[in-house]
Amino acid sequence: MTKLLASGGEFVAPGVKDFFLPPIFGSVTKPMVLLVLSIVIIAVFFIVATRNLKVVPGKFQFAAESLYDFGRNNIAREQIGGKDFKPFIPLILTIFCFVLVNNLFGLIPIVQFPTMSHIGFPLAVSLFVVYPVYHFVGFKRHGFVGYLKHQTVPPGAPWFVLPLLIPIEFFQKFILNPLTLAIRVFAAMFAGHLLLLVFTLAGEFLLLNGGITVIVAPVSFAFAIALTFLEALIMCLQAYIFALLSASYIGMALAEEH
Amino acid sequence: MDTLILAAEGPVNPVLPHTSEIILGLVAFLLLLFVVKKFVSPRFEALYEERTAKIEGGIEKAEQAQAEAQRALEQYKEQLSEARAEAARIRDDARAEGLQIVEELREQAQAESARIVAQGQHQLDAQRAQIVAELRADLGRTAVELASKVVGESLEDESRRRGTVDRFLNELDAVAAPASK
Repeated sequence: MTKLLASGGEFVAPGVKDFFLPPIFGSVTKPMVLLVLSIVIIAVFFIVATRNLKVVPGKFQFAAESLYDFGRNNIAREQIGGKDFKPFIPLILTIFCFVLVNNLFGLIPIVQFPTMSHIGFPLAVSLFVVYPVYHFVGFKRHGFVGYLKHQTVPPGAPWFVLPLLIPIEFFQKFILNPLTLAIRVFAAMFAGHLLLLVFTLAGEFLLLNGGITVIVAPVSFAFAIALTFLEALIMCLQAYIFALLSASYIGMALAEEH
Repeated sequence: MDTLILAAEGPVNPVLPHTSEIILGLVAFLLLLFVVKKFVSPRFEALYEERTAKIEGGIEKAEQAQAEAQRALEQYKEQLSEARAEAARIRDDARAEGLQIVEELREQAQAESARIVAQGQHQLDAQRAQIVAELRADLGRTAVELASKVVGESLEDESRRRGTVDRFLNELDAVAAPASK
């Protein structure tokens, strides 16, 4: 942000370049550091919380349990079903926490950068973790041909639409799903952060460089604050959606019927 | 997707992922997943198992205690009713026994009194017979003495004398008997 101040009288709208700041050292960039920080935070939080679990939980344990329960019961069990969900709890919980903390980095002062606005990170999870996992369990459950049929032929579809349906379903299930999963959170974080940047920098510019327009600056800041609250909601929501859809794909792959 | 790619006309395309970021993201995620799978999830699941077991155990224990209490209550009730029946039975028995005893005593008393009466009668009869016999003998002797005095002659013939007296007395009896009846 200080960099933008230097631009003087002409307002330079924030853009893609604000997401690709120069590396801190070597080729290590800010999102990379944040990502590592996020897994340290989550791991430490859970390990400390679970070190001495009691049947009657304390406040801290209750908080950790609530989070775990949310991933376990509200997402994994709802989407995968009570029969098969147990092995996937760690995966779903990790996805949720991982995306959530990295999103929330966008709101934390000084840090203020949602890691997931770099598509590489959500793509790593969706394309290289969720995608292989749900196809693997699907093939394991239904067999190779059985799973292909299970995924591409919706039951109850009349035979004459199958030539149309099968390619569409195949395209969606095997190519589109992991991409949309990553792009959804990436785009939301990217756009959200950009919006915040626009309003904050515009307010700053109006305050420092404007003449009479100084009076409009508070409006811009107010919008930035309001959008921050909206962003907080979206960040949690995107983490939830990411985990929910991952669980949903696994659930669909495992389901006996569609 | 297409519009996003077209829109990104900067020096860096934000839609194209960086290989280094993918690798780092993947490694970091898998590391976190490992930690969660290895340490976090099993601990929570164990806790849940324990909690379930505890709650279920508690419920079971409570149910057991309740059943036990119910059983004890029923037992006490049964015992109480048994005791009541027993008491009633004993009372009835006692009453019956009392009646029986009274009856027996009455019978005994009656028998005793009958016996006493009979004995008395017997004794009376015996005494009377004795007295009659004595009197008869006495009377006979007195009569004979009197008669011998009156007649002045000794009646030597014993058999005749006895026959006379006896006949007389028998006549006397025959006269007295209808009167006594």
